[in-house]
Parts: sequence; structure tokens; C-alpha cells
Amino acid sequence: MSEDTEAVTRIETPVYLQYNFTAGRAPARFLERIRQGVLTGQRCPRCANVYIPPRGSCPACGVPTEEEVVLPDKATVQSFTVVAIPIPNNPIKPPFVIANLVLDGANISFIHLMSECENSEVHIGQRVQAVWKPEAEWTYAMDNIRYFKPIDEPDVPVDRIGRLPIGGWEDEQ
Amino acid sequence: MAQPDVLSQAFELGFTYTRSTGPVVGRFLTGLRDRRIFGIRASDGRVIVPPMEYDPATAEALDEFVEVGQQGEIVSWCWVKQPRASHPMDTAFAWAMIRLDGADVPMIHCVTAAAEEDLATGARVQVVWAAETRGYITDIRCFELIGE
Ligand SMILES: [Zn+2]
Repeated sequence: MSEDTEAVTRIETPVYLQYNFTAGRAPARFLERIRQGVLTGQRCPRCANVYIPPRGSCPACGVPTEEEVVLPDKATVQSFTVVAIPIPNNPIKPPFVIANLVLDGANISFIHLMSECENSEVHIGQRVQAVWKPEAEWTYAMDNIRYFKPIDEPDVPVDRIGRLPIGGWEDEQ
Repeated sequence: MAQPDVLSQAFELGFTYTRSTGPVVGRFLTGLRDRRIFGIRASDGRVIVPPMEYDPATAEALDEFVEVGQQGEIVSWCWVKQPRASHPMDTAFAWAMIRLDGADVPMIHCVTAAAEEDLATGARVQVVWAAETRGYITDIRCFELIGE
């Protein structure tokens, strides 16, 4: 049978949402600093939580967060997933690891890639560090960090994840 | 702290869905591809277009397809003066509820007309098929007023 005589069983119904994103003051400041290779969060004046990327206010206290905090590029795995299914238009070939990471000194996680690791050995509490692109390629983007790779430090217990000092885990011990 | 640059960027979020039609909607869309319009008969005898999979009163599965006409009348309508990018027309047009001949309920589609004044409840319209039909509701390019 030709294609035209077969019954229709499926239709393509894509939805495209067009945004024009303008970074507010706090995210713009974060992006300006990451262009220089510096990770900059903000601390809440009331609860002292440090947020990165900063949004300009504390979601818990509802107050502006104006104090800037420069953070190191070491982090802890808070959660992760191994992606096995290719994502259309994504140049990264599966399987790859996406993780929620909390930088030392920060109290909230962000999502980034993990690499230079055995996917099957990635685990919660694992210590990682940023692998940066060459400085000439830095722009206003979180992917100035190519990915995070495991480092040789002891795991962080679950109840300490997101509560490490800026000095890091070794400082803490 | 210096005022940061204003950073702004366009981006597009796409959900590239493919949907299974099921046998009833699939039959309707297959009909459109063949430039025919099918409804389905409900338990109370009414012909519903586009066809429903289950009876609105008894919830029984429906399977009696009924071909309806390619002409009908406008039951209600709304003139769109300035179409948006996602609209099916790039000049002013009407969204309309159209009851096709042989159908008992209206279905929504677009109607082309030179001016808003040309439209009226009860006006007769007919299908304009797309140049190429592929099994989509847009195989009906639009409806046009009869006698224009
Ligand atoms: Zn707070």
C-alpha cells in the first residue's frame, strides 16, 4: 500500500514557546562575574543563606539579598540522573550525567553536567570541581564551566550537603 | 557595586510532540486527507463532527461514522482584525462555529471574508481544501462564504 492509502494514526503537534529573557540586576551581575571566571552568589541578611545563581531576594525571608559572596568552584553532588535518551538538538550524546550540585559556601543547588567519571559510580555526597573552558571562550554563561569532575575528597554526609563553609569540606573536617 | 549591563536574549522552548490519534480521530483525519469529512452518530441519533470516541450521554464507545457535507452555516463567529503569528491566516479572518450539512453540532474553524460586514450568523459557507492534504485539521485551509 502506498503511504497515502494507509490510515492516519499519528500527527505531529509541536509547541514552540518564544521567550525574550532579560536578566534582572542580580542574575546580570552573576553573569557579568562568571564572564570573568568568578562564581558570585548573594547572602540573605536575615537567614544568612547563600544563593547562586542569585535572584536578588531570599525566597524564605522575602528580603533583598545585596551582599555578594564569591564562591569557590568545588561542589557536592546533592542528586543526579544518568540521561540515556537523546534530547533533540542537544549536542551531548547519552549516556551522560546531570547533577544538582551545591557549591561550598552555598545553600542552594544548581544543575550542571558531570564528566570524567564512571556514570555508574556517581553518588550523592560525591565531591566535584569545575572544569572551565579556556578563558578566551568565556562569555555571559554558566557553560563557561564545561562540566564538573570528581575530586579525591571524602564524601559529604547527606545532612551536611548544602551546609559546607566557603573553605570547603576539608576545612570543615 | 557598578550597575551591571542589561543582558537580554531571545530563546525558544520547543515541545516536539507526536500524538497518537486513536482510531476515531485517526479516521476523521484520514478522511480529511482524502478531502472528505466524517462525523460519528451518537446514541441519541445526533451526528457529531469532529467525531467523538465515546457517547456524551452513555459513555459507550461510538463507531458509526457518517460522512457529512462540505457546506454548512455559521452558528456564531468572531472577527480577528489583526491575526497573530500562530493564526491560520495572515490577513483578517473569522473564527466560527460552523454546522456542516448533515451534522447536528457545529465545529470550530476559520472563515475567510473580505470584510467583517460580509459575515452573519446563518451565512452559508463551504470548505476550501489545502493544496496538499496530509491528515491534519489544517487540510481544511478555511471556509469561504458561498456566492462570493
Ligand atoms: Zn533569608
